[in-house]
This record gives sequence, structure tokens and C-alpha cells, in this order.
Amino acid sequence: MISYLASIGVTIGIYALLALGINVAWGLTGMINLGMAGFFALGAYASAIATTTGDMPIVIGVVLGCIFAGAAGLLLAAITLRLRGDYLAIITLGCSESIRLFMTNEIWLTRGPDGISNIPGPLRGEITPQDFNLLFLGIMIIVLIVVVILLRNLANGPYGRALRAIRDDDVVAAVAGKPVGRLRLEAFALGAGLLGLAGALFGHYQSYIAPDMFLPLITIYIFLALTAGGPGNMLGAVLGAALVVFVLEGTRFVHDLIPGLSIVQVAAVREISVGVLLILALRFRPKGLVPERTLRSAEVGLPHGGERTR
Amino acid sequence: MELIPQLLVNGVLYGSLLALPAIGFTMIFAVLRFPNFAVASIATLGAFAGWVANVPMGLPILLAVVAAFVIAGIVGVLTDDLVLRPMRPHGALTTAIASIALTVVLENIIRFGFGNDLRGYDLPIVRDWRFLDIRVGPQQFENLVLACLIMVILFVFLRYGRFGKAMRAVADNPQLAALKGIPSGTVTRLAMFIAMGLVGVGGILQGLGTAIDPLTGFRFILSIFAAAVVGGLGSIPGAVLGAFVVGIGQELSLVVLDPTYKSAVGFLAILVVLIFRPEGLLGEKRQ
Repeated sequence: MISYLASIGVTIGIYALLALGINVAWGLTGMINLGMAGFFALGAYASAIATTTGDMPIVIGVVLGCIFAGAAGLLLAAITLRLRGDYLAIITLGCSESIRLFMTNEIWLTRGPDGISNIPGPLRGEITPQDFNLLFLGIMIIVLIVVVILLRNLANGPYGRALRAIRDDDVVAAVAGKPVGRLRLEAFALGAGLLGLAGALFGHYQSYIAPDMFLPLITIYIFLALTAGGPGNMLGAVLGAALVVFVLEGTRFVHDLIPGLSIVQVAAVREISVGVLLILALRFRPKGLVPERTLRSAEVGLPHGGERTR
Repeated sequence: MELIPQLLVNGVLYGSLLALPAIGFTMIFAVLRFPNFAVASIATLGAFAGWVANVPMGLPILLAVVAAFVIAGIVGVLTDDLVLRPMRPHGALTTAIASIALTVVLENIIRFGFGNDLRGYDLPIVRDWRFLDIRVGPQQFENLVLACLIMVILFVFLRYGRFGKAMRAVADNPQLAALKGIPSGTVTRLAMFIAMGLVGVGGILQGLGTAIDPLTGFRFILSIFAAAVVGGLGSIPGAVLGAFVVGIGQELSLVVLDPTYKSAVGFLAILVVLIFRPEGLLGEKRQ
């Protein structure tokens, strides 16, 4: 039981990191990234390959996964910088599918559809599986706290205000002298790096990864987490991730409630409920359960009073 | 090499399959200005609606195609009214995200009803035609003729009918169209019906060549986007041209690439076009 709860906790942590990554790009800066699954996969594969084939320590693998996904995000953002948001939506979605095709086909590097197994985890095999789950949960919580604190400082500081200004009106932000293009690149790359971090940790926790684990479906899980928690809000993203995992775990019991459903049908019910929840959240609570606080000029220390209204 | 002509022919055949859903996707974009990712599940829905008409009900393929058009069109309009229309004031990107959620819901409703098994249509088994070493399946050829016929009807309907004019007016400037007394709600619904109907037909035509499962539309979607973006989002002739460019490009890529990379070629085509000509081959420059 403790082991089960710890594994749920780790899953919440992974989803929370993903939601935070999307939050930097979408919640703060207004750049859509539907290719989340792709960057998640890049981080997982980079770290897994570095620590299995490359025999490197786990920490180095995680850092590499993070950098690798971030660099890919930077490249994609640089290519698409001049394009409108709707093009970015299509391209990022296409990018994640192409990454999955690559993972499936380049067997020499990724072992193809079989996936990579025996990815090392911290002290795995030396302690009991329950202790391993608890240890990983502890690592996850520390990573999350560090990331949330860093992102909150970033979001509430001048940098975050500039990003929000771009989200709300990029022309005004440019007129105010903000380097809109550079900030967009940085925000997108930072977000992608966090997605890579989530992927790397996911691989080390699961000890096994395969291309089928990185389907675009996970994108709607994370957008549900983010929308429920409130876009632009870092703690909200963590709460939203917990909510999504509870919904996913909760729908496992559908099988007991309605006997006679096949496994495929139960899985279908689960995806339907996530999809419906996301639609309802977007429709009725687009600002989330914890709406973003509008900063007043006194709080950010602007010289003249003047309230920003939305 | 006989290989290249064969691949060219295959590319034209595949392009004709892509053209219909690409027209649908681009039409919705032209009128409503958002990428509607629900086309993935609507294509699957068309394929399954046609399968129900063809296999359990025993209707001929032509009627199955009609069933695919009508069911996909109706479900497209209803789900848009119910789910996406109220989302539009929140912005194009929020609507796009909602359309992904919608596509997941529809796909899983199909999965709930039909399961994950592959299903084939009731088709006579016929030998491929051969012309000078080029092989063409009679069914593929029928699909090509059917797709071209539908495109011609659509072109005449949109170019010379009152609806086409009204749709272009709404696409161009909804406020002005409303001032002129064009019922933009009705025009939007009819455009959505036709667009999703075409997507449904695209789904069944794609399924006729192979077999269908709940992911049929999803596998196809990258190529559909590629066709629409390469041609210029919002341009119907562009979508047709883009479909043939992407179709032929994907087939020709087999000379150098593994077949599993076929749909990645579509993504590559999007990138190349957007870097060098962001408005697409036939798209207009917009601010």
C-alpha cells in the first residue's frame, strides 16, 4: 500500500514537472506546445542511453536529458519564431510524432519498439522496492520544490512580467522595449528543458521506456492539469497534476462498478473522462481553480500608481 | 529504373486521398481561424460509419461513402456546436486544445463501441492492373476518380453557388458579412458540415486500401496538416496542391528512406515551406 501511494506520488511529481514546463511556455508566455510528448521522450531517451550504453552516472544522464530537450526546444522555437500561434500548434504536434517515429525506427540507438530496459535508478536493487519508491518520491519532492521556487521567483520578477506582457500583447511588449523574440526563445527552451527533466526522471523511475509511452494523449492530461490548476500559476500546476492522477487512478475502479466491461472499454472510459474534464475546465474555469493573481503596481514597485486590469 | 514512375503514380493516388480531408481542415481554418484537431477522430468516424454501412448492412461501397460523408458531417456540426463554439471567445489556441480533447473523446467512444481490432471492408478481390510495369489497384483507381469527382463538385458549388460566395464573405470579414445580412451562423454550420463530411470521406477512402481501427484518422493526420500548411492554411486550391505535393513527396522519399518515416516527410515538408514561404504555396500573406 505504501509502495502504491509512493508510486502515485512519483507519477504526480512527473506530471507536475510536465505541467510546469508547459506553464512556462503557455501559461506565462502564451506559446503553445502540443509536442510535449516529444520533448518528454527526448529527455527520457537521452538520459537512458547515457546511463545504459554510455555508462554515465544518473545525475549526468538527467542533466544531459534536460539540456538535450531544451536544445531541441530552442531549435524548434528558432525555426518557428516568426509564425503565428496556430502554426506553432500544428508544428509542435507534428514534431512529437516525428520524434516518436525516430525512436521507433533508429533501432541501433534506441532499440526501437522494444524500448530500453534496465535503466539504472538510485540504489535500485540495493534496497527493497518499497524503500526505492519512497527514496524516489523524496528525490521527486526535492526536485519539485526547487523547480517551483525557481519558477515562482522567475515568474514574479521582472523577467516573468516581461513574459506575461508578451502573452497578453506582444506588440505592446515590443513597444515597451522588451526583446520579444529572444524572450520567447528562452521561455520555450526553458519549458522544453523541464519536459526533458521530467522524461529523464520518468525513465530512471520506471527502469524501462518504449516509444509507445510517449503518445500525444499525455498532452491532454497535462493541459487538464494546467487548466485545472490555473495557467501562469506554479503551485496550481502541481495541484492540477495531483487532480489528474486522482482522476486516472479513480477511473481504474470503473471496472468494479460496471462489471462486464472489457479492459479496452475501461481504458476508453478513462480517456473519455479526461477529455470531457478538459473540455469542461477550458469552458467554465479557463483561469483555473487558483486564478493568477493580478499584481498591483505597489507590489512590483512601479513609480506611479495605476492598476493593471485584465 | 521502373521504381520512380511507380512511386509517382502511388504518390498521385495517395495525394488524392489526402486532398479531401486537407480541404476540410483548411475550410474550417478559413472560416473559423483555428486548427481543428478533431479532424483526426472525424476521419476515423467516417471510416467506421462506412464500415457499418458496408459490412453489417451490406450496402455497396458508394453508399458507404455517402454514409461516411453524412455521419461525419452531422457529428462534426453537433460536436462543434456543443463543444468548440462556446470555446471560441477564449481564443484560437484554447479552442485548438479543446479540439484535441474532443478528438480523444470521440476516438474513445469509437473504441468503446468497436474495440481495437482491425476491420476490413467487404471488397471484391481483384488483380492489380498493369501498364508497362506500373501497377495500380482498381480500388485505388476508383478512389482517385471518386476523390476528383467530389473535388470538382465542391469547386463548382463553392465557386458559382450562393453558398460559396457567402462562405468567402464570412471567412473574409465576419462582421461585414453579418452587416450585409449573411446569416453567419448558418454559413458556418454548413461549412463545418461539408468540411467534416469531406474529412469522413477521406477516412473511409484511406480505410478501403487497408483496414481500419480507432487510430486510422490519427495516423493520417500529420499528412493532412502537412498538405494544408504546404498549400497555405485557409486556401482550398492550396490544400489540393499541397495534398499532391505531400503525397508524391512521401512516396518518392521511399527511394532514400525507410517506409516508416513516410509521415515524417509531411512534417519535413511543413518545416521547409514555413522557413522559405510561411504563407504556403497558394496562401495569401496576412498580417
